[in-house]
Amino acid sequence: MYSASDLKKGLKVEIEGAPYVITEFNFMKPGKGQAIYNCKLKHMVNGNTLSKSYRSNDKIDKPELEEKNLQYSYFDNGDYVFMDDNYEQVSIGEDVLGNGKHFLVEDIAVGVLFHNGMPIEVTLPNFVEKTIVKTEPGARGNTATNVLKPATIEGGYELQVPLFVNEGDIARIDTRTGEYVDRVRK
Amino acid sequence: MLAAVRDFFRGRGFLEVETSVRIPVPALELHIDAESSGDGYLRTSPEFRLKRLLCAGLERIYEMGPCFRKGERGRLHNPEYTMLEWYRNGADYRGVLDDTRDLVRHVCRVVRGRTVLAYRGAEIDLGEDWELVTVSSAFIRHAGWDPVAEYDGDRFDLDLVNTVEPGLPVDRPVVLMDYPLGAAALARAREGVAERWELYIGGMEIANAYSELTDPDEQLRRFRECGEARKALGKEVYPVDEEFMAALRRGLPECAGVALGIDRLVMLFAGAERIEEVRAS
Repeated sequence: MYSASDLKKGLKVEIEGAPYVITEFNFMKPGKGQAIYNCKLKHMVNGNTLSKSYRSNDKIDKPELEEKNLQYSYFDNGDYVFMDDNYEQVSIGEDVLGNGKHFLVEDIAVGVLFHNGMPIEVTLPNFVEKTIVKTEPGARGNTATNVLKPATIEGGYELQVPLFVNEGDIARIDTRTGEYVDRVRK
Repeated sequence: MLAAVRDFFRGRGFLEVETSVRIPVPALELHIDAESSGDGYLRTSPEFRLKRLLCAGLERIYEMGPCFRKGERGRLHNPEYTMLEWYRNGADYRGVLDDTRDLVRHVCRVVRGRTVLAYRGAEIDLGEDWELVTVSSAFIRHAGWDPVAEYDGDRFDLDLVNTVEPGLPVDRPVVLMDYPLGAAALARAREGVAERWELYIGGMEIANAYSELTDPDEQLRRFRECGEARKALGKEVYPVDEEFMAALRRGLPECAGVALGIDRLVMLFAGAERIEEVRAS
């Protein structure tokens, strides 16, 4: 159990069995009065927001959280299947992966946060390499890096790339922003 | 600003004093925790030492210096902060409200050249009459109940912070006064309310004042009650300050005192939203 004084922005707590993260935290204390801890919380799976005021003596549940390293295996019928160190398969849905689903490559290692055995958050490596499958040819010899064009990577995700990038090139993508970083020379 | 404060008090015949920051026995208050230091504690307020000086015969005194409160960190709170505290013999809480108003106007004139200050988009005219609101009426209006008629400690602080304070005007100084007895342990009581006021400027609590409790038996009774309540909450129970009690038995003249947060006053003039903008945390 957490005490109210343990609360801070970014802390993960459990309210009525559901995992929440504190997105905003305000310590208030009227003169001579008790401390009031005002929190805004976000449900870690469905994104619903909640506001709660805690008093110094309140206790808050700690969620049962476990972090595991998994490897991506394949996509089957709406579920992304990963494998853990024991070769056990774990299915993770689109809703939990979010944008991360565009950046999966075979065997990529990810960090998965489980709450009471259910996956609730997936952390990809900061950068992945994906092949450009479709893009218009850019002007030859143009190396200005502030001029961009749309390109599609395997899987269908579209992003902006410099003009010199061609179909078949491998792009390094920042999974946190979904943006092109540079071209990988193989 | 500090010079303006000192200037004001010198002009009124107050003596600036300095009392120990590290003391053997901290103030025994329900919701204020002291940091330990060496064999003693860092003071949470200079109150009890200043009162001992009043018992010893000084009549108008003030102290400006650091105070420390464990676990208090937020937009308006820093565990170490600067407190201005003053006491005046023969005054009651209304009298020191006049002192406070004059002090704040004086500081504003020195720093801004006039008694109007702009804070976070609002023009605050300190020169106009200050609005006095009773805790009863503020709570009835904003929170729908009267804590003076029937006090509920838990609900009081929650509603004060979430409903009443945000409802107070930010474009003029507001004084919330006449607190429920349960919310003002060290104040003199009169007809079921405690002679306590709190000054709000720009939506921030700036100062707190009491007509001071001078009856040693009543003070001891309240200390004991506070000790029991702290124990029930699982908090460290500080011993009763015997040197203070001895001074109180010798006699504390009728007086009133004010505690003002200097950092918050600076925030008003600096246009700061958070205390960490005006002091290192």
